Amino acid sequence: MTQTTEPVSRPTGPEDQPVAPDAPSLDIHSARDLLRGNLFKDPKNSILTLVFGTILVYAVYKTFGFVFLNEKVAQDGTVRSGWEVVRQPLVTYMVGTRFSATGIPFSYLWAGIYAVSLALGLTAGAGARKVRDAPAVPLRTTLGILLPPVLGAAAILSMTQTITPTLLTIAIAVPFVIGRELATRLPMGVVQRTALISGALVLLSFLLITGFEPSNVNQFGGLLLTVTVAFTAIVLCFPIGVVLALTRRSNFPLLRPIAVIYIELIRGVPLITLLFMGEFAIRFFFPPGAAVPGSIPRAIIMCTLFSAAYVAEIVRGGLQSVPTGQVEAGQAVGLSPLTITRKIVLPQALRTSIPALVGQSISLLKDTTLLVIIGLFDVLGVTRAILANTAFVNQNFTPETYAFVGFLFWIICFSMSRASQRLETRLGVGTR
Amino acid sequence: MSAQMPALRSEENPPLYRDVRFLRWAGQIAVLVVVIGAVYWLYGNVVTNLRSSGLPTGFDFLDRRFGAAIPGIEDSANFSVTRAFGAGYLNTVRVILVGIPACTILGIFIGIARLSQNAAVRTFGMLYVELFRNIPVLLWIFIGYFVLGLGNLPGIVDEVTPLNAFVVSNRGIGIPWFNPSSSVGTFVAFVGLAMVVAVLVSAYRGRVNAKTGEPARGGLYATIAFLAVLVIGHFAAGNALSLDAPVIQGRLIAGGLTMDIPYAFLTAALVLYTASHVAEIVRGAIQSIHKGQGEAANAIALSTFQRYRFVILPQAFRVMIPPLANQYLNITKNSSLAVAVSYVEITAIFGRIVNNATPAVQGLVVLMALYLSFSLSISAVANFINRRLALETR
Repeated sequence: MTQTTEPVSRPTGPEDQPVAPDAPSLDIHSARDLLRGNLFKDPKNSILTLVFGTILVYAVYKTFGFVFLNEKVAQDGTVRSGWEVVRQPLVTYMVGTRFSATGIPFSYLWAGIYAVSLALGLTAGAGARKVRDAPAVPLRTTLGILLPPVLGAAAILSMTQTITPTLLTIAIAVPFVIGRELATRLPMGVVQRTALISGALVLLSFLLITGFEPSNVNQFGGLLLTVTVAFTAIVLCFPIGVVLALTRRSNFPLLRPIAVIYIELIRGVPLITLLFMGEFAIRFFFPPGAAVPGSIPRAIIMCTLFSAAYVAEIVRGGLQSVPTGQVEAGQAVGLSPLTITRKIVLPQALRTSIPALVGQSISLLKDTTLLVIIGLFDVLGVTRAILANTAFVNQNFTPETYAFVGFLFWIICFSMSRASQRLETRLGVGTR
Repeated sequence: MSAQMPALRSEENPPLYRDVRFLRWAGQIAVLVVVIGAVYWLYGNVVTNLRSSGLPTGFDFLDRRFGAAIPGIEDSANFSVTRAFGAGYLNTVRVILVGIPACTILGIFIGIARLSQNAAVRTFGMLYVELFRNIPVLLWIFIGYFVLGLGNLPGIVDEVTPLNAFVVSNRGIGIPWFNPSSSVGTFVAFVGLAMVVAVLVSAYRGRVNAKTGEPARGGLYATIAFLAVLVIGHFAAGNALSLDAPVIQGRLIAGGLTMDIPYAFLTAALVLYTASHVAEIVRGAIQSIHKGQGEAANAIALSTFQRYRFVILPQAFRVMIPPLANQYLNITKNSSLAVAVSYVEITAIFGRIVNNATPAVQGLVVLMALYLSFSLSISAVANFINRRLALETR
């Protein structure tokens, strides 16, 4: 293995010393260079390579076997793939066990997805149009962003029984492209109101997936519930967070303590205590005799209040990054404090905050798994129902179930963080 | 909104409704009144609702009988609720005390691995981080507890005892631990003495270094002195350091230190998950150190270890502290997920009393206060260290 073993005592020039604090910057031209250049450069590296290479190869070998050669023998001797526990109840993973009770056709759900896709397309097109000097996106970056979600979707769709979901999934690209093209062609007056239009589309999407009856949300489950709770909470917490951040940064001596106490209190306690509060205690806060919303709306309220504190801290960081000169320039031209905040400070602060806000959205999406603890059937919760099914109970299908749920989260979170990194470079955060 | 307009020097004051100074205060007072009114209204609702459902409005429930079992603690059902919360508090502390150091050490290694020149090590680091931080921690706890813990561990009758020093079973994991029969007090006193001696030796070597210029090697000498005193303490306190291996007696594990399965897998999952975040913090901090620092270390021919130990990590540490403190807060708060794997810490205590006709509102107030005590103390320590480091260098 150590073909290039050299005497350790050989005096090493600076070019041989790795420059640790920097990202690995070895220019690798060929596999031969790779082997000699770092994998087996000296005995120490050879040992490291052997140890970690073995771990990696073993992990790949085990994963391959788990994914592709996974067979379970039932008590009656029939052999079936371990992934039957995903293939058969795939719809349950997606929408939960009680969704059919609402009578909402699946076409509404797809329409909701398409509406969001159209909104994203409009936003992307408008963004590209506003930033005129944006550098052209290299194909590699685009592929790097698109590949994880596409591969993930392909893996999930390989579990479906018919071709329809695959076609419908591919069709998601259509409204996106339409939206982007529209944004480049529509008059500028309309394009400047993209945020409003996108907001309306998202609202329409929410109405569609709830079948125009918001209380249907109580029957949601699976990935649909996870995404609905996370998405709604993020959208609702955003204005609260901005107001809190502005108050905390303001020079209002009477109001600032309120914002500080709220933010620090919420950030000091775990989300699960807040969800318990929603589950057990929030009904006591309503006036006697008032109709208390169901478990899921209450969970959304608590997630919103929770997330608002974190968003407030992120936006506060963004506000701090706006130079005072910007405010002073606004004062110099005689703008009112409100206008300065709205037109000068906030746009810059929010632009700086976008990557961190995406990070917070990812973290909230992961946190929605806690809904299982208060007995809701989110995507982690439905695994209980599925594993209790007579077809799978007590046959050790747990690893496959959790692996699939983990895969779902991994694909969503990984894609989002990749896209946010891309956004970060695009917006030039930290480079100005 | 922040700064005021330059005051116009006019003869008379502007009318009240256009006076910024008046409007600022009037607006603030108006909002404050609304907030206080809302809080008062909510408080009134709580009191009314509690009364109408026959629940107490005070904190008397803390003296009531707890009435549920806490694994590993005898007679816990007869505890008062306060004492049960105390036991739960200790269980939370057990997770944090192991979790914080473990996730820091693992995170630092993974973070450095991600920057390694060796492609295999780097790939390992990258896969670790991307795998762990993109999957919710609760799912990791489920995987640990339900798949690895309950599903795969051998039963206690199978007597799986690797190296005759560990016990692995679904009743608990036993590891060798210090001899419980020794006089702990004497030994702890010796540990304290050893620390004092180590500090003195280190200071003495520093003095020698200043006088003669020979290398101080304070750490080395201090460690030797520490170990020497410790060994004396070991014999003085009756073989305190000798390890006691766990053995299986019937259906129980005796001797050594037994971790119950929920605790072991909860802590492991929290550590592995948090370490992935710590690794990213460490990597970012190391990369934020100017390249010239590493090059300077190379120029004076420091080894890789020396470069990290004396040049890069001390500087990176300063950058790391605030986000690291955030991760410590996160692991503390995430310890509440123990409620999903029936490890009884404070959240689980709350979950057990809330079913016993105990007012949920007050129970939550207690629970939140306990978590705030953790959060505030960790923040205080982090702020203190942050200030110290900032002061020494600037």
